[in-house]
Amino acid sequence: MSAASQPVHTPAAASSGFFRRYVFSTDHKIIGLQYYFLALLAVTTGIVLSLMMRIHLAWPQAHWPFVSGGILRPEQYLALMTMHGTIMVFFVLTTAPLGAFGNYFLPIQIGAPDMAFPRLNMLSFWFTFAAFVCMLAAFVVPGGAPISGWTAYPPLSGLGNVTGPGEGMGQTMWIVSIGIFCIASLFASINFITTTIEMRAPGMNLMRMPLTVWAWFVTAVMSLLSFGVLLAALIMLVLDRSGGTSFFIPASLVVNGELQAGRSGGWPLLWEHLFWFFGHPEVYIAILPGMGVTSHILSNFSRKPVFGYRAMAATLCAIGFLGFLLWGHHMFVSGMNPYSSLAFSALTLSIGVPSAVKTFNWLGTLWGGQIRFDTPMLFSIGFVSFFVTGGLSGIFLAQPALDNMLHATYYVVAHFHLVMGVAAIFGIFSATYYWFPKMFGRMMDEKLGKLHFWLTFIGAYCIFMPMHFMGIYGGIRRYSDWSGATYLAALRPMHEFMTVAALATAAAQLIFFYNFFRSLASGAKAADNPWRGTTLEWATASPPPIDNFAGAYPRVYRGPYEYSVPGAAEDFTPQHLPPEAMLVNEGARNA
Amino acid sequence: MHESALADRAGLAAGNIGSGGGLIDGGGRRGGSGAAKTPDRAYVTGMTIALSGIAMFFVAIVSAAVVRRGAPSGDWQPIRAGSELWQILSLNTAVLLASSFTLAHARSRGRSGDENGFRRWWVVTTVLGVLFLAGQLLAWRLLEAAGLYLATNPSSSFFYLATAAHGVHLAAGIIALLLAAFRPVRRMARITAMEVASRYWHAMDAIWIFLFLFLIFGGRA
Amino acid sequence: MRGSLAPGLLLFLALTIFVGITVYLFAIHYFSPPPPITMVGVQIDHQYDLTLYATGAAFVLAQLGLGWAVFRYRDRGKPARFTRGNTAIEITWMVMTAAVFLGLGALAAKSWAETRIAKASASAIRVDVTEQQFVYYFRYPGPDGKFGRIDPDLISAPTGNPLGIDPNDPAGRDDIVASTLTVPVNHPIELTITSQDVIHNFFVRELRLQQDAVPGMEVPLHFTPDHIGRYYIMCTQLCGMGHNQMHSFLDVVSDADYQKFLARAEAR
Repeated sequence: MSAASQPVHTPAAASSGFFRRYVFSTDHKIIGLQYYFLALLAVTTGIVLSLMMRIHLAWPQAHWPFVSGGILRPEQYLALMTMHGTIMVFFVLTTAPLGAFGNYFLPIQIGAPDMAFPRLNMLSFWFTFAAFVCMLAAFVVPGGAPISGWTAYPPLSGLGNVTGPGEGMGQTMWIVSIGIFCIASLFASINFITTTIEMRAPGMNLMRMPLTVWAWFVTAVMSLLSFGVLLAALIMLVLDRSGGTSFFIPASLVVNGELQAGRSGGWPLLWEHLFWFFGHPEVYIAILPGMGVTSHILSNFSRKPVFGYRAMAATLCAIGFLGFLLWGHHMFVSGMNPYSSLAFSALTLSIGVPSAVKTFNWLGTLWGGQIRFDTPMLFSIGFVSFFVTGGLSGIFLAQPALDNMLHATYYVVAHFHLVMGVAAIFGIFSATYYWFPKMFGRMMDEKLGKLHFWLTFIGAYCIFMPMHFMGIYGGIRRYSDWSGATYLAALRPMHEFMTVAALATAAAQLIFFYNFFRSLASGAKAADNPWRGTTLEWATASPPPIDNFAGAYPRVYRGPYEYSVPGAAEDFTPQHLPPEAMLVNEGARNA
Repeated sequence: MHESALADRAGLAAGNIGSGGGLIDGGGRRGGSGAAKTPDRAYVTGMTIALSGIAMFFVAIVSAAVVRRGAPSGDWQPIRAGSELWQILSLNTAVLLASSFTLAHARSRGRSGDENGFRRWWVVTTVLGVLFLAGQLLAWRLLEAAGLYLATNPSSSFFYLATAAHGVHLAAGIIALLLAAFRPVRRMARITAMEVASRYWHAMDAIWIFLFLFLIFGGRA
Repeated sequence: MRGSLAPGLLLFLALTIFVGITVYLFAIHYFSPPPPITMVGVQIDHQYDLTLYATGAAFVLAQLGLGWAVFRYRDRGKPARFTRGNTAIEITWMVMTAAVFLGLGALAAKSWAETRIAKASASAIRVDVTEQQFVYYFRYPGPDGKFGRIDPDLISAPTGNPLGIDPNDPAGRDDIVASTLTVPVNHPIELTITSQDVIHNFFVRELRLQQDAVPGMEVPLHFTPDHIGRYYIMCTQLCGMGHNQMHSFLDVVSDADYQKFLARAEAR
């Protein structure tokens, strides 16, 4: 065991320069931060796009200064909507939870010095970055950004400019961007899965892994198995657009009076099947890490173990597995075989069961606790609330008979925004407030954090709850304005209300940005374990040294959520503490 | 912030225990100073994981073809390009299958210390791989001669897509084989690099057999 | 521990107020759609209400439970209750949830089967629906009861043949093509829906029914309207820049008015 004989994992910083250390770093912590800042950039872009959409929906005749003609045209609205959805789903929700926090904390929480494949890790970030640049390029190419939604159904997306503005070069940039993103995700998932399997510290068996690690692991498996399918579909779409094939384009289409010659009987539903086979797991990829973080933080701040740890791990796996069997619930009215719809409906309702179990267990974790309301905890409590609200509307959508009246209305928009646009984002916020001290060695401001929470909590419900009623009433989604059917005019006041709420809530996010960057510069110094947590990231310095543990890799002796263990001197027993080193008070409990 | 300093320090110090480990118990290798590196078996695991992702890509293409066959337009035309096409494809399949055997043989020669035997059979494998790719190009020529191009009809589109995608992956495999055997390997033992490359190769073989069976039973007249 | 009263109480109050407002708005059927005009539509509304009760109960219990838990169990300087879980409770609520969710699904299946799996009545009036950017065309077979052959090469809206009906096909001579859908009340109707270009949709709120119009596919949709009136037909599937303008009308009229409509259309 001499130090000389073993090849040592050479920390990147030991060598050189700014570029090696901060730009093309192979250190998982730097890469995690790179993902995080990319996600911050993406979410800012996505929010700006959504505010433009909301302003237009409330005041369609409003004058836009930089738009020719002054009024936002329908195709411009549709382009904003397409890019908003695409950027948020891919570059925020698939990037921040897994790429940022997973990359930063998976190795540390399992006691490893880095990911299994650091250079692959670096590649996966830079591919993601390249994909983002490509996506933004869609705004500036001739024709502008695509208008076919993040779902890009052909033939609308498959024939080029003839179906509408933005469907030429803009759609091509979109396809190329997402194609690169697929490859980046495949790289990342290989890394996450292999690291979790092969690089755990001694004593860290599966049942001692933090639920955050479980969540990232299952998410990576879902990523691995779904992005390849999307890539295949994208290649087929490119071939339809540029290679004259007819995977998705039927024969004898007449678009704008022009007969589309040379096509044989392609099937648009084939795209829908392929896309949603990816698309459904994708939304679970977006939410699962947030569920892991919520379990982790609820336990930490209630000073109690997670209620039903095994069930929590099992339900993550169940959701991951079942998530691959449900894609048809996006296609109930598509013309798909109605018997298939019944099967997909049953499976979709079934996935409500593990989700409900998780919710009960979160409540069970809180029950009997000694809850501290630091900002990370507030956002995790908010996560539970939004997940319940958003999840329950899924029960309606899962029944095809009800989908008959709710499909493609604002009811669906309410559902997915509450779970993805709010709950998952709350997961990102709570992870940020929780791990900021560890990543940057400084504390964020608590007062600003609490203010940010309350404004966002109230604001988000104000924005998205009215959408349920709009949908039930018959408010159709992806409409650029309400000048079509006259019954839609009744929805204008509601749109105004939602837009005001959206502007206010977006403004509230400035508090977060201010807090974040000011604390980076001058926040109070953070201790190693400011939240008195039990998992391995709290066993090392804030921020961690380049190899995570300064050479002294931990050994794990117990589960990850040993809080308030009867007989222990402290109300938390870290995972890496050897039994003989524990201080025990027979009579008294914790200080 | 009341930390139990003694306990923490003890915990950190106690971390210097080396142990191997596996899926259940966990454990990277540890050096004397506690530094750890990616264990060799992680590369093998990583390749297996990667292959699952790649497999899904091909599964998507094949299931798309199956679904397309049953689509309402009812215009699926099986590939009609004469028996030479199927003969070439069968020959290619045999060549690729043989290359898996020569690869396994090369590794067993290597394990018994026969460096020359190992090199010879490893090179034979890559040559067979190149022959396979040449054979695939020949198959494409035959298709074109029968008037079947990429966009001609659905089954020809899938044929070109599937074989092109596989060919690209196989070409990468040939490069990987050459690198693993002949370039200095730094991050892992050479024997691991060869294990990784050969898993990839055998998987490409298996994927081809899967595609070939589909083309025969699915696409053929 | 002192500092935990305010946030705990605030969360409890906020969640209670939120639950109150939400339950109230759903209970008064805020912004409900117009009443259904088919028997199946009534069933679908009933299923919606049932689902609302079940999910509403879960919503109230979960949100108030959350609010109560964070208030009651705020930090008061005592040790937390150490427990790893309770398998019996877990299994109980897992089974209960499964029963409720799957039960709802089973109940809803009947309405789905009636609208999608059951075939239209043999006496149904058949209408072809062809959609394109951004209009609807409705074609009736005319007195001979047969639809004329369609040839995409003949499609030419400017010269009055938007569907491409073959003029050489005698069956097509009496076909009626209209831009709105007129049907007689209390009569089964069967639509066959397709598109000429991209994916569109046919949605009537009062029917509680919608169906995508997919090019290359002809999808049947049947219903029996039981109330006279004019109802919006909306396109819910994103189909291009005119998506929000694309709509038509379903006119359910008396038998006499329907015969008048047919006669006027034939005369043209």
